[in-house]
This record gives sequence, C-alpha cells and structure tokens, in this order.
Amino acid sequence: MASTILEMRDITKTFPGVKALSNVNLSVEEGEIHAVVGENGAGKSTLMKVLSGVYPSGTYDGEIIYRGEECHFKGIHDSERHGIVIIHQELALVPMLSIAENIFLGNEHARYGIIDWNANETRTSALLKKVGLKEDPKTLITNIGVGKQQLVEIAKALSKEVQLLILDEPTASLSEKDSQALLDLLLEFKRQGITSILISHKLNEVNRVADKVTIIRDGRTIETLVKKDIREDRIITSMVGRSLDNRFPPREPEIGETVLEVKNWSVYHPIHAERQVIKNIDIDVRKGEVVGIAGLMGAGRTEFAMSLFGRSYGRHITGEVRLNGKPIDISSVSKAVEHGIAYVTEDRKTYGLNLIDHIKHNITLANLPGVSRHSVIDDMRELAVANDYRARTNIRASSVYQMTGNLSGGNQQKVVLSKWLFANPEVLILDEPTRGIDVGAKYEIYTIIARLASEGKAIIVISSEMPELLGITDRIYVMNDGRIVGEMAASDASQEKIMRAIVRGEGKAS
Amino acid sequence: MSTESAPAPQTGVAEDVQQRPRVAVSAFVTNLREYGLVLALIAIMLFFQFTTSGTLFKPLNLSNLVQQNSFIIVMALGMLLVIVSGHIDLSVGSVAGFIGALAANMMVTWHLGALSNPLVVSIICLIIGGCIGAAQGYWIAYHRIPSFIVTLAGMLIFRGMCQALLGGGSSVGPLPSAFNKLSSGFIPDVIGTVTLIAPTVNAAGKTIVGSGLTLHMTTLVIGIAGVLAYAYFGLKSRRTRERHGYQAEPFALFAVKTAVLSALALLLIYQFATYKGLPIVLLVMGVLIALFVFVTKRMTIGRRIYAMGGNAKAAQLSGIKTERLTQLVFINMGVLSALGGLIIAARLGQAVPAAGLGSELDVIAAVFIGGASAMGGVGGVIGSVVGGFIMGVMNNGMSIMGVNVDWQQVVKGLVLLGAVVFDVYNKNKG
Repeated sequence: MASTILEMRDITKTFPGVKALSNVNLSVEEGEIHAVVGENGAGKSTLMKVLSGVYPSGTYDGEIIYRGEECHFKGIHDSERHGIVIIHQELALVPMLSIAENIFLGNEHARYGIIDWNANETRTSALLKKVGLKEDPKTLITNIGVGKQQLVEIAKALSKEVQLLILDEPTASLSEKDSQALLDLLLEFKRQGITSILISHKLNEVNRVADKVTIIRDGRTIETLVKKDIREDRIITSMVGRSLDNRFPPREPEIGETVLEVKNWSVYHPIHAERQVIKNIDIDVRKGEVVGIAGLMGAGRTEFAMSLFGRSYGRHITGEVRLNGKPIDISSVSKAVEHGIAYVTEDRKTYGLNLIDHIKHNITLANLPGVSRHSVIDDMRELAVANDYRARTNIRASSVYQMTGNLSGGNQQKVVLSKWLFANPEVLILDEPTRGIDVGAKYEIYTIIARLASEGKAIIVISSEMPELLGITDRIYVMNDGRIVGEMAASDASQEKIMRAIVRGEGKAS
Repeated sequence: MSTESAPAPQTGVAEDVQQRPRVAVSAFVTNLREYGLVLALIAIMLFFQFTTSGTLFKPLNLSNLVQQNSFIIVMALGMLLVIVSGHIDLSVGSVAGFIGALAANMMVTWHLGALSNPLVVSIICLIIGGCIGAAQGYWIAYHRIPSFIVTLAGMLIFRGMCQALLGGGSSVGPLPSAFNKLSSGFIPDVIGTVTLIAPTVNAAGKTIVGSGLTLHMTTLVIGIAGVLAYAYFGLKSRRTRERHGYQAEPFALFAVKTAVLSALALLLIYQFATYKGLPIVLLVMGVLIALFVFVTKRMTIGRRIYAMGGNAKAAQLSGIKTERLTQLVFINMGVLSALGGLIIAARLGQAVPAAGLGSELDVIAAVFIGGASAMGGVGGVIGSVVGGFIMGVMNNGMSIMGVNVDWQQVVKGLVLLGAVVFDVYNKNKG
C-alpha cells in the first residue's frame, strides 16, 4: 500500500494545570483522507496545532515524522514550507481585501517589493477554477458568503503547494449544499494525490469521505478505524466512552396556553435599507412547547430572532409581539429581558461571552440584580449561583474562576445557556444551540432543553441540523428567504418534508 | 489568629477542598502582578531614598510629592474606566487646563458676587466638567466616532479655550487662599498636637525649624483607623469566603500582604504627622480611591463596564445599555478632569495657559503601567494608583537627583514600555 506520509508519536502537550494530550499517536498514509474525531476538548485542535507548528517544537513531547524525517517545526511558516497547511475553524481572511490579495497574502508575486497584480490574478483565477469557485479575483472577501470564503481558504492552501491539507471543522458554518461541494472537492484532491486530515463532528460526512478515522478522547488516542469498520455507532461509542442508544432524551410534552405570539413581523436590512430581510412573519409558541425553525443558511432565521430580541438586528422593524395575550414593548434588549425573553446566540464567542472574564461573571451578567442589593454585588451569593448553574448544566472546568476563553465549545455553550437560565426567562430562543459541539455535550444540551420545557418554558430552537429539530421539537416552522414557508407537527415531519417546503417556498419567492 | 492558617475548613464541598491548592496557586499567580507592582513601587522608593540621601521620605518632600501628583492619580481613576471600557481620552489635560482657567476667572476677574465663592465655583466647575464629558461621550457612544478622534478634537478645543480665557499667554491670579487649601492645605488638627520632644529654642528665643518632635494627632488617628479598617475588612471578607468553603489566597500570603501594606501606610502617616499633618488633597484622593475600588469591585455598574470592555456585543445582548454606560464613563472622566484642573490651579495659586499640558500622557501611562489592557476589559484601580505613584516618585526622585528633564522623559518612557512588555510576556507565558 501507499507509504506513510505522517507519523506523530507519543505526542504529549501540557498547559499549566491541564494535560491536553497524552501519548497521542496518529499515522496518516499518503493520499488518504484521514478523519480525526472526538468530543470537544478532546484535544483534536491541540494536536493539529502541534503538527502545524502553532505550538513550536520544544513546547511538547513526542516526535513528528513527516516523509520519513523527524521534523521540528518552529512555526506555521516552517510547516507550510513542508507542504502542511491547516485551515482553521475560524477563517483567517482579511475581509476588506480581495480574493487574490488574500490568497497571496504574505506570498505575493512581486519583484523588489512591487506586486505583479497580473500574475497574482491569473494564478488566482486558475486556483479558483480548481476549487470550483466562480468569482472575480478582485471581489472583496466581505462580499462573498462563508461557503465561498472556505473555498478561498482552500485555494490559498493550494497556492502553497499543499501536500497535507488539514481542515478543522470545515463545514461547521456551511449549508448542506456547500458542505457537499466541499466534501466532493476533498475527494477530488484525493484523486490528485493530496492527503487530507479532516476534523469533524459530523459523522455522516466522516462516513462519506474518510478512509480512516482516528478517535481521540480526553487527550488520548482511542483507536483508528479503517474504511470497512467505519460505522457511526462504533465511532460514537469510542468518542464518548459509552454507547448512546438514543441521541435525544425522551420527553413527554405538556403543552399549555400560548405564551408568545408574533404577528406580521417585518425587518429591513441595517445597511441596504431597501432590502426586506424578514417578510411578514407570524409565529406563536405555547407553554411547555419546543418549537423549531428550520431553514438553510441565509434564510433569515438568526435575523428574525435578533430583531425580535430588543431590535438587535435590522431597522424599520414593524409587527406586533404579544406575551400571554398582552402586547409588549421589546424595543431594547433590557426590555425584552424584563419581559422574560432570552436569546442564546449562535455565535457564542462574538455575541455570547466575555472571553477574558471567568465563568462566574459571565453567568450573572444578564441578571446582576439577582445577585445584588442596591446595586452592590453580593460576592458570595454570586459564587453560589455560579456553582449551582455549573452543576446544573454540567460545565466542566477547574472552578467557576476559569476564563471562558479557555473552555471548549460545548462548555462555553453551557455557560451562555446558564447565563440565560439565571435570567429566568419565560421564552427562550436558542439559535443553533449545538453548533460546533460534540455528541456528548449535545445530548446534555438536549436534556437541558427538555427539562426547561417540562418546567413550562416556551422554547424556540433555530437549527440547521434537521435530525436535531426532528428529535427535540414539538412543532417546526420552515423558513426560507425571510418568510415562513411551512409549519408542521414534528411527529409528522421528516427531512424530505422540510426540504420540500423550502424548495416550494423558493419557487414562490421568485 | 493562629487557627487561621490551619488546613482548609470542612465547610466546603468535597470537590472544592480538593481543588483548593490549585486555586490558591492560581490566585497567587493572578495576583502576582499586583504584588509585583507594589513591590516595584517600594523598590523604586527605596532606590530614590538611597540616591537622594534620604530626601525622598522627608515629611516635607512627601507632602510635595502628594501635592504634585495627586491630580494625575485623580484623573487616572477616570481614565481607568475609560480604558477598561475600550476607549481612550486624550482631552483630560486640556479640560483640566480649561477648568482651571475658568475657575480662576470666576473667582478673580469676573466679579460674580456670591458666585465667586471658591466652593460654589468648584461645584460649578465639576458640573461643567461633567457636561464636557457628556458631550464627548455623546459622539463616542451614540454616533460611534472613535474616542481617539473625538478626544483629540477635545484636546485641541479645550486647550484653545483655556488659552483664550487667559487672554493669550498671561496667567490669572492670585487665587483666594481658601481655594488654594484644596492643594496646599492640611487637615486641621481637631484633637491637638502632641509634643514628644520640645523644639530647641535658640538664643533669640525662636524655635529652630525642624527640631523637636511634634505629632499631628488627627492625622495619626485617621491613619491608624484607616489601617485598622483595611485589616478588618480584609479579614472579614476572608471569613465570609471561608464560611462558604472557598479560599482565594493562602493565609500566609494574606497576612504578609496586609502587614507590609499596613506598615508602609503607617510609616507614611507617621511622616505626615511629624510635619503639618495629612494634606487635604491626599484625603480627597484617598476617599476617591476607596470609592472607585468599591464601584469597580462590588457594584453592578462596575461589573457592567468591565463586561462591556471585554465584549461590547455580548454585553449589549445581555441587556446592558452600552451606549448610556459609555457616556457615563466619559461624564465621570470629565468630572475628574475638572477636579484635576482645580487641584492644579490650587497648587499653583493661579491659572496658567500650560496647566495640565501633556498630563493626559502621564495619566494614560499610569493606567497602563497599572496593568490595564489597551483592548479593554482589564485593569484595576489599585494598579492604576500604584502606576501613578510610580510615575510620581520617579519624577520627584529624578528631580531631586538633578536629572535633566529631557532624560526624565526618556526614563519614564522606558518604564512604561517595560511594564507593558512585562505584562504581555507574562500573559503569553501563562
């Protein structure tokens, strides 16, 4: 068979107080797609940072053998010179520069410091063709969608003559269609002899493209499966160390009166004032009910939720909101919070957390009056609250004094969730509550959602993962192009039905 | 006392007890910077005490040092909040100069009758300072114009207005002596002095200045009461924490810290008591420092400012009115700039066109030496105050040593750079 291109032996990496990796082994053969899976915080990203030199040689133990030679990468440039290119979960593109400028950033075709734009753009066109992106090389990054940005990153990797491409959660923020295209591209690269390491949470993707899967748990290698052994349940079992018979917790819905009613809700784009983003939406949620909003990326779901939550998005917002039958004014976030509405963002790092502060301060932020008297914070009460929610949502951290920036995605999500639970809302809007978090943490989040519903809260879940919506909700609205294009009981919904509603809605819109 | 250092009390949750050593270590590491800063200040003081052959700690010089630097520290309190909320204010020196000129004119040239009473003038000036802050904050908070630009404009505008009020290059004075007390006055000794050693009387029947030992008792009482209160509240908050099964720092560390700081405070208080007592401005400063420590550490508004500086979007989506809060931070800065301006004018006994010129840089430097982050969200009151004193002691010490003013700037610049580099290095390592 093909030769081994990369071998990582006994990699151990410690951070102050934490052993992130202990004796991890990874062996990748030339020309294969090797998936690395594991729960969040299992150490996948750390391993890749060791490989790409983000953590330079000497800060970890163990050896990296690449093409038969032991390598000591001192930085990302060093590993890139050897043809190892990593594409991070958070894209590293400069928004106000063009595609061509981004692709050759730091690597421009230039003579004596003067850039040869023609050469750059011609080469960019060729690279874009390779990744199947039809855009002008002069287009600014900010003007193209996330899916296309991902392709630009890959084109950038190709420009560095990549031999080993590492993709960290490449499809986390892509729509179904873009994800498929990306996976097809990986298979195409494989035919061209480029080796890829794919880090992913989406086991169906792993199933589809990977030749081998290495499973990491708690900083250790659990096992490496070859193609014929790759089965979803087997991977899950290894990832969580237990078998997950049921991916969704059981739940007996007890649905009461209508709590929240939104009527004729319209929102215009904050910059392009003539563009209507949300078009006359009517929805309602009842006590104890979990309502899902399905749709593709760009359907306007987040925009809808944020415009509802204290007009945090858009302008010229019109429509009526009723809570328990009475019209309410939720024109600012604080008013919305006072009326018992909470919105848990899809982008926890940008909109959810103060990453340079610890868990305790983050949890109480939306309800400081709850831990203070006459505007003076009672430190001990705050500590008790933080510890209580930490236990309730099972946040894994050394203490509530750990910085939220150092937590894994799943635990960060639990902190954001705790913050809003402590605000004690009647209506909870959860936007992509399980994005980028692992199977085990997902189950915990679902359990929390089920518990909240049984406590009588009205819950709206926005999700791009249809099985998730089908698994945890009672009723599903389908959104497309700023409209509600379908509504169905979860019991008689299916992925096909949702897709059909979206497609039909598209027909209607044009 | 001895039981305090015994192993962890059993009130805590089992899990917490296990984690205690690690928590203690991390508490020490996180506080290392604050301790380090205080140690650096002590080291710098000792250095100058030595190189100025003991002049630095002389009671007279200590009073001078406080009077010369108090306005920097007062303004640094406001600047800390500005920087923590992710902004900057370049206008504070100009606003201080403008307010000084305004106050001088109100008291001396404009003949306003009852309105020229120093107290009334001071209150009006503080209100005007707040209005200036509100105006600058309005553009920054509600129109999202970068604070650097707004306050750069403010710096030009108010320096110009300061000079215009003073009619070109002249100065306005002398100011009423009641007003000058703000800077150069000492608290009255309501208890009375105690003479330990009678001053030597010379042949002409006059006492020789500096001989003998007379203690200003009110100063001593205030000082000792302050130190006791500090130790008491420190112990009390430790007790509360222990009752809840959580311990931030080992007792030994707490004891050493409290003892060193108390001793240092008592030493300074004693030095003041042997001279004319506590300078009024030091008392004003002390009260403000205590107030700002309380606001930043214990009050919801303080917490919200830090949250806003750490992640403005997340803070806004948590229901914090970030715009109003930003404006409030600048109003506070404006009031403190005005107070700074009054202190400068009171110290000089007149308003001069160059009052407060360039002091915005000293104020900003103090906050950054104190460990604040230019990105916002990080910084502390005590750090900024110590940072301000480090700058002040260096100014004072180098002046006594006769170091050329040009080179003083070079040294101050290097200290600022060094402090921030140390910070960044530490952060990257941790």
